Amino acid sequence: MQSIKSIVRPDKVDDVKEALSKLSVSGMTVTEVRGHGKQKGHTAVYRGKEYQVTLLPKMQIETVVPDEIVDAAVQAIIAAARTGEIGDGRVFVTPVTRSYRIRTGELEGTAR
Amino acid sequence: MNQADTAWMLASTALVLLMTPMLAFFYGGLVRSKNVLNAMMMSFVSLGVVGVVWPIIGYSLAFAPGSDYLGGTSRLFLRGVGLEGVGPAGDQIPHYLYMCYQGTFAIITAALISGAIVERMRFSAYALFITLWSIVVYSPIAHWVWGGGWLAKMGALDFAGGTVVHVNAGAAALVAAWVIGPRRDYRSSGLLPHNIPFVLLGAGVLWFGWFGFNAGSAVAANGLAALAFTTTMLAPAATLLVWMLLDIARTGKPTAVGAATAIVVGLVAITPAAGFVGPMSALLLGGLAAIPSYFALLWRASTAFDDSLDVVAAHGVGGTVGALLTGAFAQKALNGVADGALFGNPGQLMIQATAVLAAILYSGVMSFVLLKLVELVVPLRADRQAESVGMDVSQHGEEAYVHAEGSGAH
Repeated sequence: MQSIKSIVRPDKVDDVKEALSKLSVSGMTVTEVRGHGKQKGHTAVYRGKEYQVTLLPKMQIETVVPDEIVDAAVQAIIAAARTGEIGDGRVFVTPVTRSYRIRTGELEGTAR
Repeated sequence: MNQADTAWMLASTALVLLMTPMLAFFYGGLVRSKNVLNAMMMSFVSLGVVGVVWPIIGYSLAFAPGSDYLGGTSRLFLRGVGLEGVGPAGDQIPHYLYMCYQGTFAIITAALISGAIVERMRFSAYALFITLWSIVVYSPIAHWVWGGGWLAKMGALDFAGGTVVHVNAGAAALVAAWVIGPRRDYRSSGLLPHNIPFVLLGAGVLWFGWFGFNAGSAVAANGLAALAFTTTMLAPAATLLVWMLLDIARTGKPTAVGAATAIVVGLVAITPAAGFVGPMSALLLGGLAAIPSYFALLWRASTAFDDSLDVVAAHGVGGTVGALLTGAFAQKALNGVADGALFGNPGQLMIQATAVLAAILYSGVMSFVLLKLVELVVPLRADRQAESVGMDVSQHGEEAYVHAEGSGAH
C-alpha cells in the first residue's frame, strides 16, 4: 500500500480526480496549498507598492492505493495534470505501513 | 423649481448609482474566487467609462431634441445643461440633476451585460465594448422611449426601463456570450459561486437602490412615486415566494442563490410597470414573472450556451415578461396614461411587444457589430493561460483573498 501525494494546478483537480476514478481509486483528500518550485510567480501591485507573489496557489491531492496500481495511478495523474509549462507540480510516493478505517476500527490491506 | 421633487431626485440618483457597486457584489459572489475582482471590476469600470462618456455625448444623443430615432447634438459636453429647471410645470428639477439621474441608468445598463461573459473576456476589450455600446446602443434606445422618440409616440409603456435597460442589456448579453464563446472549462468543471453571502448582499441592496430606480422614475416626489415605490416593494416579494416554492417543488430545498436571483427577476419585471399598475397587479405580475425566468435558467444551464450568470434569463426574459404584463395590467385610473389588455385595451399588448422586439433587434445587431469592431483592435478573449490562472491575476495583477506570506516587498 502506497500513499501518492500530488501537488497540481488548481484547475487540474477535476481531471486528476476523473483519471483516478477510472482506475477505481475510491478515495482522496484534497487540500488548498501554496508553494513554489521553479515557477517564478507574479508581480502584484497594491497601493503603488510592488510585491513578488512567489507562493502560488496549488491543490494537494492525497490518495492511498494498493501496490499493484501505484504505477498506473502515478502515470494517470501525470497525464491528467500536465500542461508542459513550468508550474505543473510534483508527485510523491511513500509507503504506508498501516491503514485503519475509523468507523469499524478494522486494519485494512496492510503491506504484505 | 420644485424643492420637494429636487430633494427626492437627489436621493434617488444616489440610490441608483449605488446599484452598480451592488451589482458587482451580486456578480462577484457568483464567480470563482480566482475571478472575483475581475467580475466586480467589470461593473465598477462602467462607473468610469460610461460615467465619462455620458455627459460628453451619451446624454445629448438620448435626451437632446432630435429625430424620432436619435437625440440631437445640442447637449454635447452638457452645453445648455445648467441649474435651470426641467420637466413639467410645477414638478421641475435642475437640469444637472436630471442628467445625473439618467446617467446612473446608462452606467448600470452597460454593467449588466458583463454577467454573460465573466471569467474569460479580456478586460480591455470589455471596457472598450461597453463604452461604445453606451453611445451606440443605450442612448438611441433611451431616446426612443424616454427622449420623445418613436416608441414614446407609439405609446409604449416603460416606466423605469424594462425595455431600455433590461431587455436591451439581455439582448446584448445573449450576443456577447455567443460571440465570445463558453469558458474553456464550462462543460468539464463545476463552476460554482465562491461567495453566496456576497450574492445575497448584492441582491438585497439592489432592491434598496431600485426604489430610486423605479420610484425616482416619477421624477417627482408625488403619488405616482409612492405607487412605483409600492409596486417595487410588492412584486419582488411575490417573485421570491414563487421562486422558493418552485425550488422546493423541484429539489425539496429553497436555495439562497435562487432567492437572490428571484429578487432581481422580480425587480426587473416590475420596472416597466412600476408606475402604471396597482399593488394587487404588482403581486400577480411578480409571481407570474418568476416562472419563465426560473425555467429559462434551468434550460440554459443544460445547454452549451455559457451565459455565465444568466443575464438573458433574468434581464432578457424578466424584462420581456414585465414589459408584456405592463401591457396587461396597466390602469389609466392610476396613471392617466393608458389601460392594459385586462382593463379593456388589448392593443397595448401589441405596442409593448413591438417595443420589446425593436429593442432586441437593434441591441442584438449593434452589439454584434460593436464586438466585431472591438475585435479588430484587441482580442475579445483572454488567452488560455490567463483564463486558467484566473482573471484577477492575469487582468489586474491582484488576488482577492491575499495570502501575504512569502510575498517579499521590494
